[in-house]
Amino acid sequence: MKKIASFQELEAYCQECVAARDPQRTVITICAGTGCQAHGCTNVVAAAQQELEKQGLVDVELKATGCHGFCEQGPLMVIHPQGVLYHKVKVDDVPEVIAKTVKGGEVIDALLYALPSTKEKIALEQDVPFYKLQKRIIFGSNGLIDPTSIDDYLAIGGYRALAKALADMTPGGVVEEVKKAGLRGRGGGGFPTGRKWESTLNVAGETKYVICNADEGDPGAYMDRSLLEGNPHSVIEGMLLGAYAVGATEGYVYVRHEYPLAVANLTIAIDVARQAGLLGERILGSNFSFDIKISRGGGAFVCGESSALIASIEGQVGEPRAKHIHMAESGLWGKPTVLNNVETWANVPVIIAKGADWFRSIGTEGSPGTKIFSLVGKVNNTGLVEVPMGISLRKIIFDIGGGIPGGRAFKAVQTGGPSGGCIPEEHLDLPVDFDELSKVGSMMGSGGMIVMDDRTCMVDVAKYFVNFLKGESCGKCTTCREGIARMYEILDKITRGEGELTDLELLEELAPVIQEGSMCGLGKTAPNPVLSTLRYFRAEYLAHINDKKCPAGVCKELIRFEIDPEACTGCHKCARVCPVEAAHGKKKEAHEIDQEKCIKCGMCYEACKFDAVKII
Amino acid sequence: METTVQSLIAKYGADPAQIIAMLQDLQSAKRYLPVEDLRALAESLAIPLARIYRIATFFKAFSLEPKGEHIINVCMGTACHVRGAGRILDELKRQLGVEQGCTTDDQHFSLETVNCLGACALGPVVVVDQEYHGDMQAGQVKKLVEQYR
Repeated sequence: MKKIASFQELEAYCQECVAARDPQRTVITICAGTGCQAHGCTNVVAAAQQELEKQGLVDVELKATGCHGFCEQGPLMVIHPQGVLYHKVKVDDVPEVIAKTVKGGEVIDALLYALPSTKEKIALEQDVPFYKLQKRIIFGSNGLIDPTSIDDYLAIGGYRALAKALADMTPGGVVEEVKKAGLRGRGGGGFPTGRKWESTLNVAGETKYVICNADEGDPGAYMDRSLLEGNPHSVIEGMLLGAYAVGATEGYVYVRHEYPLAVANLTIAIDVARQAGLLGERILGSNFSFDIKISRGGGAFVCGESSALIASIEGQVGEPRAKHIHMAESGLWGKPTVLNNVETWANVPVIIAKGADWFRSIGTEGSPGTKIFSLVGKVNNTGLVEVPMGISLRKIIFDIGGGIPGGRAFKAVQTGGPSGGCIPEEHLDLPVDFDELSKVGSMMGSGGMIVMDDRTCMVDVAKYFVNFLKGESCGKCTTCREGIARMYEILDKITRGEGELTDLELLEELAPVIQEGSMCGLGKTAPNPVLSTLRYFRAEYLAHINDKKCPAGVCKELIRFEIDPEACTGCHKCARVCPVEAAHGKKKEAHEIDQEKCIKCGMCYEACKFDAVKII
Repeated sequence: METTVQSLIAKYGADPAQIIAMLQDLQSAKRYLPVEDLRALAESLAIPLARIYRIATFFKAFSLEPKGEHIINVCMGTACHVRGAGRILDELKRQLGVEQGCTTDDQHFSLETVNCLGACALGPVVVVDQEYHGDMQAGQVKKLVEQYR
């Protein structure tokens, strides 16, 4: 990569990148995000490369891109310019795809996505309801570009916002634009980004820092990882704009160590941007200098909290500190610092390029723009979805997400991770934005959306989150350290059938103490999953306590597996899979489960093809 | 090149701020943090050993115990949890005869959990070394373990 020394040179080079991409040329994009890699896409990419050579198609371009979002259906392959989408592509399918679709323009029916409801096959990516109902401003580019190619990013308009800001805008002007856009922090808190920047801009100081929080510790959320993996330059450009706006010269990206692909792609992107003169001294020939370092996290949820994250970058234990001194004045190494999350940074170039008014036209008055959610759990179309703020939960879960698998009943959706809460069916028409979610006792968080069906026990879910937080509490505040541990004990007792009614009062008494007595967000929000389940699913708690029953059939101590003799065909499958010889019976006769021996592993339940094994 | 304390100092400089990165390199090279290395590191960086221990025990990425040849990691993210990760973990504990976070006596397997891998569509997910095994069922655990024996 040759150094780009001026705005004119950048413009000329961008034109070259655009010209090099003939829109009529056949391009195969294969999703190579972590999800699809786990589905085995690496071999599909290799097979496609081989087959293109074998069939003499030298003109066809093959791109391994970042996450396309439709993770449940991976590996995903899209053939442009038509936009034919093939799902669950295997290595063996590749020769046929190349021969028929790429060479002959013929669509292979068997590889098309079919609507779960009507089984209707859909050929084009843009027509699949999952994509059609989204508004993919930030995330949509993922499917079009090779994350290791800066040219790809430049070809879709990348780094133009940076050039525009450096050439035509003052730092204050950039801050103003972000303020006017009303961008709120996508990491969860929803604090106005522009105001945060303004405080740092107004603090005097030679050295200032910008930090990208890519710690993403929320279980069930992975949009930050996918953005960083799939479009690292958009995050770099966002940080450059932020640095220019507040007067920072150095930046850090703090990445979870569980995200090796994100680190790899970001490292390449930073190196190339540096060679291109988009990072380093006197960027694009201006007076602005800025560079980025990567800091790998050590694996602690609390490090998503800003002061703990900073401590970790400094080589200290990742413990939070009281925030009576604002980070805008004294952050990393005691210098003025701006810290934003990955998705927030990725929004910035779009705002600068298209303007605050355009941005405000999307979403709601109080929460403009889009939000990327990771729609996971008991939902048909697991994946990442980007939607305008204000869309209803029902639309996300049922129209985009395709509803609940196996025709089961929807029970709740959990948003905001361990800081959030469970939202029941009665609130499904709630418009999703920062404020509305808080109103029903949950929160936006980083955008995890975990769908739960009638086979999910809400007491168990509350226990799950509390257990998670118990392990992640840094231990500094007694209320957080001891309070969460006590909450866990109580919930565990209830799930074991040893709960009493007074336990619920105790939980409700503990909650405000933990909230008020803890210093950082981890403790302050820790009781939310418990409080929201108590609020909406109290009957389920009562069933555990009064009837010693787990209605969802999850809590081991309160359930047993039984075989319905009417339904049992005596196929012996349960007896074969049972690891402890508890399921037994003669062939072709109804089987039984020895409750004394049974370890409740559920293997018989999974194995039975006749639904004869019941959870009682 | 073998990762030694000297090589870490050569790469990062004698800068205590880089301690987490150094420990990460050491951990990935040796699969744990040997005490003699930590001592040498404390001396080279001129910081108390206690500070290194504090970091080494605070972050999940580090272990003071040697790990097994194969690391079995069960994703315990919320999506995997509601899809039955708990039962997969129980079955792994039973098959291997160890608790989570522990290594089998023959040093062949370490059983670990992770709070989310972000491969939620595959849930429940088990990762052995770097290989992903998605849509796991308790009944498949035995076969999976045998694959790596």
